[in-house]
Amino acid sequence: MSLGPYAPFIVASYGLATAVVAILIGWIAIDYRRQKQRLRELDAAGLVRRSGRSAVDFK
Amino acid sequence: MTLIDLANPTRFLSLTARLLPWLAAATAVLLAIGLYQSAMAPDDYQQGATVKIMFIHVPNAWLSMFVWGVMSLASLGTLVWRHPLADVAAKAAAPLGASFTFLALVTGSLWGRPMWGTYWEWDARLTSVLILFLMYLGLIALWRAVEDPSRAARAAAVLTLVGAINLPIIKFSVDWWNTLHQPASVLRMGGPSLDRAFLIPLLVMAVAFSLLFVTLHLAAMRNEILRRRVRSLQMMQAGRRSA
Repeated sequence: MSLGPYAPFIVASYGLATAVVAILIGWIAIDYRRQKQRLRELDAAGLVRRSGRSAVDFK
Repeated sequence: MTLIDLANPTRFLSLTARLLPWLAAATAVLLAIGLYQSAMAPDDYQQGATVKIMFIHVPNAWLSMFVWGVMSLASLGTLVWRHPLADVAAKAAAPLGASFTFLALVTGSLWGRPMWGTYWEWDARLTSVLILFLMYLGLIALWRAVEDPSRAARAAAVLTLVGAINLPIIKFSVDWWNTLHQPASVLRMGGPSLDRAFLIPLLVMAVAFSLLFVTLHLAAMRNEILRRRVRSLQMMQAGRRSA
């Protein structure tokens, strides 16, 4: 596969799209971990949801 | 399961936990197929290999408008039906929409330089998409500026619905004004004008990116529900301390 004289523009487009999608996936995964960690800490402090369920009942 | 059932965040979390692995796998498979087809697509007789940028640029451009459409529906859900998950859906979609719009703008610019001889032109299509990007950033800033989620939700819903006026302007800008951007070649009266060799990889990439959005959106909504659960427990904790 030859990209010709405009290869830098094509590679930059695909590279940037890959980077942005990777950042989105990483950001969402880190945010999920962070929220679960906070809920674990609140559960350890003895807090229970208004429904009576545990704070760490994620599902 | 109906929309009413999904109004319960706990049920929504349970459904999301079951769906996400399948959606992520389907997205990865379709993206792999789409990227392979994009790599194997022939060069355009005028544009050469730069036509490959289209397979990234067009799905992101479509999604930039589609995500605002989803947010507009969610905003109606917030203002009219007061659906408990509507503002969660709108808030979770905004950073994703901003990212797709950013990619549409930058890949369009990278495609424009070799084809038009310029990275940027203040024409109707490019300018209206830039305005869409700025509106996404404004919404994200609004969500961050107002601490109470329900107050932020109402203000953001109004802003989103007002901003929806920009969607038909973006879509028809290439018909209403004389622009550097080419007219629609897929979603047009009389059917697509693209050759199958380009149309099929483009549609596969569009479906793959749409699935990517659905997957990331559900995951971001799950995070937002957990964030609100944290907030209400922290308020409960603060109430206990002050009592």
